Amino acid sequence: MLSEPAVRIRGLVKRYGPKAAVDGLDLDVAPGSVTAVLGPNGAGKTTTIETCEGYRRADAGTVRVLGLDPVADAARLRPRIGVMLQSGGVYSGARADEMLRHMASLHARPLDVDALIERLGLGSCGRTTYRRLSGGQQQRLALAMAVVGRPELVFLDEPTAGLDPQARRATWELVRELRADGVTTVLTTHFMDEAEELADHIAIIDAGRVVAQGSAEELCRGGAENTLRFTGRPGLDVGSLLKALPDGSAAAELTPGEYRITGEVDPQLLATVTSWCAQHGVLPHGISVERHTLEDVFLELTGKELRG
Amino acid sequence: MSAGTYTPAPGAAPLGRMIVSQAAFETKMLLRNGEQLLLTVVIPSLLLVLFSTVDIVAVPTESSGGEGRAVDFLAPGVLALAVMSTAFTGQAIATGFERRYGVLKRLGASPIPRWALMTAKTLSVLVTEILQVVLLTAIALALGWSPQGSPLAVLLLLVLGTAAFSGLGLLMAGTLKAEVTLAAANLVFLLLLVGGGVIVPLDRFPDGVASVLGLLPISALSDGLRDVLGHGAGMPWGNLGILALWAVLGLGAAARTFRWE
Repeated sequence: MLSEPAVRIRGLVKRYGPKAAVDGLDLDVAPGSVTAVLGPNGAGKTTTIETCEGYRRADAGTVRVLGLDPVADAARLRPRIGVMLQSGGVYSGARADEMLRHMASLHARPLDVDALIERLGLGSCGRTTYRRLSGGQQQRLALAMAVVGRPELVFLDEPTAGLDPQARRATWELVRELRADGVTTVLTTHFMDEAEELADHIAIIDAGRVVAQGSAEELCRGGAENTLRFTGRPGLDVGSLLKALPDGSAAAELTPGEYRITGEVDPQLLATVTSWCAQHGVLPHGISVERHTLEDVFLELTGKELRG
Repeated sequence: MSAGTYTPAPGAAPLGRMIVSQAAFETKMLLRNGEQLLLTVVIPSLLLVLFSTVDIVAVPTESSGGEGRAVDFLAPGVLALAVMSTAFTGQAIATGFERRYGVLKRLGASPIPRWALMTAKTLSVLVTEILQVVLLTAIALALGWSPQGSPLAVLLLLVLGTAAFSGLGLLMAGTLKAEVTLAAANLVFLLLLVGGGVIVPLDRFPDGVASVLGLLPISALSDGLRDVLGHGAGMPWGNLGILALWAVLGLGAAARTFRWE
């Protein structure tokens, strides 16, 4: 698409005292897409997203959200975005439905509040005030508050932290519905499966920089190599096998009869291996293809566990 | 919900509607809060009834006007106390916790501008005060109170008093931790209740102390109201001046130091 990015960040730097929380970060978010900002705690996810929301002023670099400066053009930007904070944001004595109704009243053409309450299962909150709601109910209310004004772009800061698996799935489903209806979503997460399930585009950030980005598939293909393993007769001519494989591949017999091939493992490579086996009268068994997960990619890029 | 439900249709509500909605919501939260009601309604009403009917603190009947009834001394003081309880103590505590729980932060990303949010807070304080004044006046009248004086002077005193206390309350709420604000606002309320000419006349204190206490906003407000309502005095310029000064200092300091998160 040629249209302007919904979010465009260039060289963003944000310092707290001498420490840079965000240190030269670049990111583009395509309109209508779901973008996941993935990284461990302290990587700069929240600082980045809160700069987009206009809460923080960049120390250096530029941030444009829907073409606007989040601080200078705040009055024009705020009605167009939906915000879910990592926690809080609700009067402790308010009930879920009245808080949502109040938030709706600040917008020109809000969603039907009753339908949204139903959709997110907030009806069970009844007359309970916010401070007595469960963590999951509080999260869902915050999500509802982010979408009730029918924004073009929503920022969700760790939308499923602390949710049970069922509630996580319900949140994912809502994000998919948003995308289907043309809403752009930027979310932060430290769950790989969440990024993999939901996002069209994943930006892995560490120490305040984007260290890799792309779709889940692109990320897993690039960077880390993939592996094919099979078991066969011991002592096969590995050199001959290697000649049949594309450049850049490697083959080895790890223990007698256990073979490993690394490189660009695609359907063509698998076919090449099996036909080589057929030519040499080998029946390979236990063929397995190991694709790298986002976790491997992350580990390789940063040397850190994602959920450290 | 069907396809197209979330199709973007962004936009802020009209400014007036946002302010009214915000003010109504905050008033509802305040009236629902038990501790706030204790402070704004129960304590002033109890003080008025108790001290008017039971001779606990010797009220200077000679200084309360011709009739010399305790209620004539107490009613203006309790009205001043009501203003302080809402504009200062109540607002400080509520705003402090709104800051603590990220309410101010979240509203900061909503379509309502900050100035409109503060306007709504002020409206909410004024609505609460009107309810307090109506209730306390009814109680005082039932106890035989016979107010005099210019309604305009009373209105000016109440408005400037509200501005002075709001500035101090927001100064506290915008800089201190919510728990500290809670404790400090209640302590100040108690101290000023005793030392601000509300139920204890300032002339019971030693001269030097009394003249310092007379510069407090609560003393200026209760003294001004008493002059007008009890003695039918004209515009209490001195007390209005003290309140205006507190308002300028308090609101100015709050505006410079208020932290939204």
